[in-house]
Amino acid sequence: MTPEEQAEFERRRKARNYVVAGTLLFFVVLFYAITIVRMGD
Amino acid sequence: MSMDATTTSTASGTPMPTEWRDFFTLTKPRVMTLVIFTAICGVLAAPGSIHPVLGFTAILAISMGAGGSAVLNMWWEADIDAGMKRTMNRPLPGGRMRREDARDFGIFLSAVSVALMGVAIGWLAAGLLALAIVYYAVIYTMWLKPRTPQNIVIGGGAGAFPPMIGWIAVTGEVTAMPILLFAIIFFWTPPHFWALALFVQSDYAKVGIPMLPVVAGEKPTRRQIWWYTLVLAPIAIAPWAIGGTSWIYGMTAVTLSALFILLAWPVGQRMRSEDDKMLPEKKLFKFSIYYLFALFAALVLDRVAAYQGWIA
Repeated sequence: MTPEEQAEFERRRKARNYVVAGTLLFFVVLFYAITIVRMGD
Repeated sequence: MSMDATTTSTASGTPMPTEWRDFFTLTKPRVMTLVIFTAICGVLAAPGSIHPVLGFTAILAISMGAGGSAVLNMWWEADIDAGMKRTMNRPLPGGRMRREDARDFGIFLSAVSVALMGVAIGWLAAGLLALAIVYYAVIYTMWLKPRTPQNIVIGGGAGAFPPMIGWIAVTGEVTAMPILLFAIIFFWTPPHFWALALFVQSDYAKVGIPMLPVVAGEKPTRRQIWWYTLVLAPIAIAPWAIGGTSWIYGMTAVTLSALFILLAWPVGQRMRSEDDKMLPEKKLFKFSIYYLFALFAALVLDRVAAYQGWIA
């Protein structure tokens, strides 16, 4: 892998990891909220 | 499939991670805006109330289901997309992603959407969402789209599910109103799409997809635009006629449908001439978009006004 390819590889992987982390966090919050609402039913 | 070494793998052969944006593109975000809009309308117009968190979750689940089935559509049609100018730069034909990744992503998104709907809202809405996904990804994309020139009619069914599921997410039961919402989009799709197909040169014929204007010709397409418009009008007015809405929706539906018929008439009658600018077809296509948005907006306004007690 050339240094440019290595940099591009890491940039893409990092961006994907951030998106996955953000999505997971969003669903943690959403499921917490759903649970609170459903318990109040 | 064209493979661009700089986007899928390095010179040494190590696979490059796919850009997250390409995964997002697979979900057809532009189509999703209409799905989200009609789903929101279904949730807001349904009688009864739903907690905002659950309403949001229902719309999210519908959007994810639409996204998942769009991904499966792109996975299945990668070879077809590669042969058409409009679609050849999509992530799969563009060689920016592995096919299996798209398939797995589509299945995952679809499964999560149904599970989310089932757990948070109810299993009737979840079952309908699963049916909508199978309808679009399997019945339409894999089975009927390459086999019949009525494919647009069948595809319209897939787009018709979101408001119905949104409505049922609130009420928990299948009644006449959500079925009518389904029918409105179902019968709206053919005149909307075929009007576009008449003035846009597409290369569907090249890739073996039997679109009506290509297979049957211009005249039958124009005739069918006219007939579908005539069927659409009473269906659009039906929610008011059966007492499901007030005059706000009723008057809007009558006015909009009359305009739709007026615009569809010349399209149904005339034939393309030399150097034709296709103005009636362009007008009808543009109007059909406003028609659907205005009709659903009127439905929401009507129901909100009724629940607030502003009208009888």
